[in-house]
Amino acid sequence: MTADGTSTPSAAAVAAAVRSGATKAADVVEQHLAAIAAREPEIHAFNTVLAEQARERAAQIDASVAAGNDPGPLAGVTVALKDNMCTRGVPTTCSSKILDGWKPPYDATVVNMLRDAGAIIVGKTNLDEFAMGSSTENSAFGPTRNPHDTSRVPGGSSGGSAAAVAAGFSQIALGSDTGGSIRQPAALCGVVGVKPTYGYVSRYGLVAFASSLDQIGPFASSVEDAALMLDVIGGHDPHDSTSIPQRHPSLTEAIQQGVEGLRVGRITDLPEGADPDVQERLDAAFEALRAAGATIVDVQVPAFTFGLTAYYLIAPAEASSNLARYDGVRYGLRVDAADTNEMYGVTRAAGFGDEVKRRIMLGTYALSAGYYDAYYGKALKVRRLIHDDFERAYQQADVLLTPTSPSVAFKFGSKGDNPFAMYLCDTYTIPTNLAGHPGMSVPFGTGAEGLPVGVQVLAGTLQEPVMFRAAAALERALS
Amino acid sequence: MSSYDGLPGDWELVVGLEVHVELATATKLFSGSPNRFGDEPNTNIDPVTLGLPGALPVLNEHAVELAMRIGLALNCTVQPSTFHRKNYFYPDMPKAYQVSQYDQPLNVDGYLDLPNGVRVGIERAHMEEDAGKSTHVGGSGGRVHGATASLIDLNRAGVPLVEIVSKPDIRSADDARACVGELRAILLAVGASDAKMEEGSMRVDANVSVHKPGTPFGTRCEIKNVNSVRSVGRAIEYEARRQIDLLESGDKVVQQTRHWDEGDGRTHTLRSKEDADDYRYFLEPDLVPLAPSAEWVERVRAALPMLPAARRARLSEATGQAADSEAVTSVVERGQDDYVLAVAAAGGNAARALVHVKEAFAEQGTSPQVPAADLAALSLLEVGGTLTATQAKAVLAEIVANGGGDAAAIASAKGFEAIDTSSLECFVDEAIAADPDAWQKFCNGDGKAMGALVGLVMKASKGKADGKTVTALLNQKKG
Amino acid sequence: MAKVARLARLALAPDEIERMTAQLDGMLEHFADVDALDLTDVAPMTQPFPLVNVFRADVVQPCLDREEVLAAAPASEDGRFRVPPTVGLEG
Ligand SMILES: [Mg+2]
Ligand SMILES: [Zn+2]
Repeated sequence: MTADGTSTPSAAAVAAAVRSGATKAADVVEQHLAAIAAREPEIHAFNTVLAEQARERAAQIDASVAAGNDPGPLAGVTVALKDNMCTRGVPTTCSSKILDGWKPPYDATVVNMLRDAGAIIVGKTNLDEFAMGSSTENSAFGPTRNPHDTSRVPGGSSGGSAAAVAAGFSQIALGSDTGGSIRQPAALCGVVGVKPTYGYVSRYGLVAFASSLDQIGPFASSVEDAALMLDVIGGHDPHDSTSIPQRHPSLTEAIQQGVEGLRVGRITDLPEGADPDVQERLDAAFEALRAAGATIVDVQVPAFTFGLTAYYLIAPAEASSNLARYDGVRYGLRVDAADTNEMYGVTRAAGFGDEVKRRIMLGTYALSAGYYDAYYGKALKVRRLIHDDFERAYQQADVLLTPTSPSVAFKFGSKGDNPFAMYLCDTYTIPTNLAGHPGMSVPFGTGAEGLPVGVQVLAGTLQEPVMFRAAAALERALS
Repeated sequence: MSSYDGLPGDWELVVGLEVHVELATATKLFSGSPNRFGDEPNTNIDPVTLGLPGALPVLNEHAVELAMRIGLALNCTVQPSTFHRKNYFYPDMPKAYQVSQYDQPLNVDGYLDLPNGVRVGIERAHMEEDAGKSTHVGGSGGRVHGATASLIDLNRAGVPLVEIVSKPDIRSADDARACVGELRAILLAVGASDAKMEEGSMRVDANVSVHKPGTPFGTRCEIKNVNSVRSVGRAIEYEARRQIDLLESGDKVVQQTRHWDEGDGRTHTLRSKEDADDYRYFLEPDLVPLAPSAEWVERVRAALPMLPAARRARLSEATGQAADSEAVTSVVERGQDDYVLAVAAAGGNAARALVHVKEAFAEQGTSPQVPAADLAALSLLEVGGTLTATQAKAVLAEIVANGGGDAAAIASAKGFEAIDTSSLECFVDEAIAADPDAWQKFCNGDGKAMGALVGLVMKASKGKADGKTVTALLNQKKG
Repeated sequence: MAKVARLARLALAPDEIERMTAQLDGMLEHFADVDALDLTDVAPMTQPFPLVNVFRADVVQPCLDREEVLAAAPASEDGRFRVPPTVGLEG
């Protein structure tokens, strides 16, 4: 279901229809371009809409079907890409002035996989600059608005991708999740959002924010569509050394199974701070799974509460290094100066927004001589504690349920000038990135002012099948 | 041959070397663009080499193997290793960090024996990536200072390097030169690098200090830009004298990096270590640890060719010449020691073969055209007294010119026949009669006079007499 | 913080540095909550998914087109990237 309440066929159904010739990919594309034309000026989900490319691609797919070929499992399915994934010849900006106008000379691995599967990319979506933020307010090209209430944020940093799916601009979108950047906007926009196990999806061509935390994952209007997408983009990529060298079991098949006997963990020492409406939906989610045959067990993850601290040292430290390459030498913005050193300073000061500068400063500081052990080194140890605590919890429970976001979508500017207030949005999502585990957000009803609430399902390393089963059960419980 | 023996007073020189070696791989350390010298600028580039957003490194397996060859040839222990990022900005460093093995280098704790028996400890030999090349334009002579711009070629960026760091075990400029020479010979022998100092595929930095024996080491300076084996010695000598002059006039040596200028034969300040960059090393999150299996290490070790030191020992044993004699070192350096041994195996005289190969085979490669049996036959005629050294040389010249030949046939064609002892005695008596003056001087112990008498015998015998036999006869007659 | 800005090559105005110093100080205060943890015997976690020995074969792959790449550069000359003089940098 989209934000305006209209029901759309699943991506699987569209692909099946296009593959059989019953539906033309061209028609699918036109429907979505029409939706974009109607509401994009108001929403601003995209940095770039690729209307002509999408039409050409649709024509190719229809021709391929007519010729008796199979364009693949996503034939004719429209996809929006977060604008931090490299697309050859198509601007890839990370919503930053420093990359404004840059057209990569290569495609990200996920882009190649989408093409091979017959998907149609309709545009590049807006984000918090370099994926740093939780509201998409930090974009150099202006914020994205929440399709459910345009006075509110869509969440972030993949706010454009979440909004694109919620507004019916595309059936599926890809985002990247470093500390919750898929799950939190999914929750705020009322769509499904998945962060897979670290290494499940190739990062090659994903512009790095924090390399040891970043993962690409799907947004979709159903658990089934998310599964279909992850089945396409998951798998080993020889161009990414951290990519897990194995085939992943089919998630589309996994969701056919129920949750009878599944052990669902309630974290009793979870950090407080979730709004009552959010807490109420979480309780309802536990009930729904119990009713579906699962067992609810109490578990503890004592280090969960230290996630934010560890994250805001590790992610900026890696980012400070990852973003050092934007130096005005080979691509992107340059502000001229008398010598190269000065050119670096003025280019980077002009090209990066405040939040990015803040994190580069923090990360540089955390790594610098004399501070490494006290900050970065310590954060890596806390990361280990968090990981180990989760592993212990997964001895007792197959999946864990938590709120995705402490609140429903908030108003623009409501977090004020205090960066920490914004960071608290990711309290429940961050520990999973640190542990390297998968997590997903599933819409589970509405809270204050009828706005969507998401429930987060967490699981251990490579336990995507069981995580998807629980998510599918929650989805079924609502319908 | 020492151009400089000892330091003034009782100063002692202390030198440690850091040698960067480009590995002879087909591709870069972390990507598939060619590792090739001399191509058009910026043609060997790919997303990784350019540090494009989203590009990820994958380690070149063959580079690891070559690095292990170097380590094992230097008697190092090969250990599990990790890669770090060394963060600093420079326009020919595309990512603004260099990926390098930091606290866990692949090879540690080895040594290198110089031909004269001095052992130089090897602290580590680690892998890292090379930077690109900057050309400074607009100024005078391509120097940094006064240039109006720099032009960047990234062909060399990402080329695999091994940095070999010696212990400060070197005590003379000659030994430093010998160490570089020996290292080069080892690198060539194991096929790890073409080790061309003039093309920069082998680059030597020297850490130089002076002290009085029994006192702690002095403050050291790092000398960079030493582009030939010869300048290694010159630069170290210059730098040692500079430091001694400072100390003797009551000044202090300031720790700094200095640049060797081949033109004026001096070292110049490059930068002081006090304002050294803070490199903010941290583990490279885009790579995984490297842990060569014991089987792999042993396979590499077993496949190592015989190294120069062993070759010299073997040739020394076969020929009776000292291992650090010029004949042995130069023939091993040319890779013609196997040939000398083949001559011996064909029944020839190894000592004579060594002399002939050293003198007459400089232009030939590792497998000279002359069949070993031909040189063996020649050496036998020589030691058997049929041919004098001078005659043998003439015969050999013809053999070399023709790429082989029957020594006996050539000798007889040239009219070279052994002179019988009675006619030789006759010639000796005639010489004494012809120059009684010289004879008298010879009897009084004047060595020069002997030359005059031998010359007369040679003239009379038309060069057929053997110098050694003539000398023996003269001594006999003197009584 | 001025030193950190220099290290990060961010030419920030003095008031920007001041504002950021205050914000970062505030954040570093929040980070003090981990001081309560005993981390002495905890090994740092640097890798979310443990893999070792990931290699590629030493085989040449197609290169990027130089003209396409240089066209995206702010300045180029003679097939190379052009930058202002590199005074004050090591070389
Ligand atoms: Mg060094
Ligand atoms: Zn080095």
